[in-house]
Amino acid sequence: MSSLLTLRNTAVTTDTGGQLLQNVNLAVEPGQIISVIGPNGAGKSTLIRVMAGLQKTTLGEVETRSSLRIGYVPQKLVAPATLPITTQAFMQLHNRHGATSDLPLATLGIESLLNKPLLALSGGEMRRVLLARALIRKPQLLLLDEPTAGVDLIGQVEFYQLLGKIRDETGCAIVIVSHDLHFVMAATDRVLCLDQGLVCCHGAPEEVSHHPEYQALFGAGTEKAFAVFSHAMDGHQHVHVHAHPHGSDHIDAGESVHG
Amino acid sequence: MDELIIKALLGGSLIALFSGPMGCFVVWRQLAYFGDALAHSALLGVALSLSTQLPTGVAVALTSAALALMMLRLRQGNQLADDTVLGILSHGALALGLLILALFEPVTMNWMGYLFGDILAISWVDIGSAALLAIVALGLLSWHWQALVLIAVDQELASVDGISVVRMELLFMLLLAMVIALAIKIVGILLITAMLIIPAATARTFARGPTQMAILASGIGIISVWGGIGGAFQWDLPTGPAIVVTALLLFLLATLIGKPLARIRVPN
Repeated sequence: MSSLLTLRNTAVTTDTGGQLLQNVNLAVEPGQIISVIGPNGAGKSTLIRVMAGLQKTTLGEVETRSSLRIGYVPQKLVAPATLPITTQAFMQLHNRHGATSDLPLATLGIESLLNKPLLALSGGEMRRVLLARALIRKPQLLLLDEPTAGVDLIGQVEFYQLLGKIRDETGCAIVIVSHDLHFVMAATDRVLCLDQGLVCCHGAPEEVSHHPEYQALFGAGTEKAFAVFSHAMDGHQHVHVHAHPHGSDHIDAGESVHG
Repeated sequence: MDELIIKALLGGSLIALFSGPMGCFVVWRQLAYFGDALAHSALLGVALSLSTQLPTGVAVALTSAALALMMLRLRQGNQLADDTVLGILSHGALALGLLILALFEPVTMNWMGYLFGDILAISWVDIGSAALLAIVALGLLSWHWQALVLIAVDQELASVDGISVVRMELLFMLLLAMVIALAIKIVGILLITAMLIIPAATARTFARGPTQMAILASGIGIISVWGGIGGAFQWDLPTGPAIVVTALLLFLLATLIGKPLARIRVPN
């Protein structure tokens, strides 16, 4: 089976000569969940934007399968306040894929938001709506830029379970930029770790978590937590987690993911 | 009724019909100053039509379109802020147009009419071409409506969805140039942007969706045109300013009653 999207020696340089990405090689296969991790400013969002065709590359090739349908979920969306539109109308704007599939709306718990004005949505609601909007268009490749920022741990567990469900039901590939190291390790097929625009390590989660570059960036010992969370991801909802420095906006993954 | 009034009402209504939805995009995308710059360049078009014998409408549409493309290009570079670039082009084009006019001006020509609108200058040919243009433009707008609205909400989402943002941008600029070429005789160069913005801003108070806002804006524009032309003929006033002042009054009225109305609709 051919790759959905292939990056070869991709580099992105700013006008002032800053290197945002250097020599990135990556092939996205159908049905694969790939996580992109790395410290702030490592080039994670730039990579997603290159894949979405929003960022021009300075060097290298970006090859996409012909007529590839991409679903893109940005970190946030700031619609102009002068434009009145309901959430439903926004989601259906220029939608060429006909009927709404039932998965996104119910699973994401956004049915109650459909008649609200788009401008009235909270940040978390907006992200759920953006994800549903992308799913309605039946993407073959879903690109998510930090979808769980500001979501509490239970919400994160649910969100990563939802990703697995989306992949299983639609067969789409998912590339997700994330800071949730533990979940990334547990819920994805491949991990790409970026540092200062370079891929410092990539591969299966277990390999990456033992990689010296990874341990240098995120510290050794994350494997232990990884084991705990792998267990949590096996389908148990009752994760008892100790104090953790995360926001508490328990919304993104939706409350209705139960089994 | 006087044939003059009928022609003015017909021409004005056609323009309002088309400038309603276009004005919504100008308001959504914060292109008011951009529209102003395009309108100012129209005087250059008028001057060129006098020196080349091209029909005024065609020359105006061509120069406005050319300037629109130039502005799109210049906006890409970020050495200067948008409003600086627009200011340079806008006033540069206006001044250049005035100079060329001064050089070519036949003594009898009333070029003030181009600045403030000259309803007496409207011919049946103008009305006919206005009707044709309005039909074509509204057709193009409704054909690409969803894509254009999505671009107004978020350009990047539109681009990932496979919409050619550059092509749509080009289409939009050409349509804007057409509005200006059409409106120049009725409201005049200096007031065209008002015809785009004020009805759309008034419609925003009541509209719940983009299409509704566009239709409302057209309606409010048509009422302004009728009110303004009526007043102008009644009290012997310049038509362009009379139309714009009518639109302004409607806007003030809408803001006064709009807020209490919104409170009634949304109880919490």
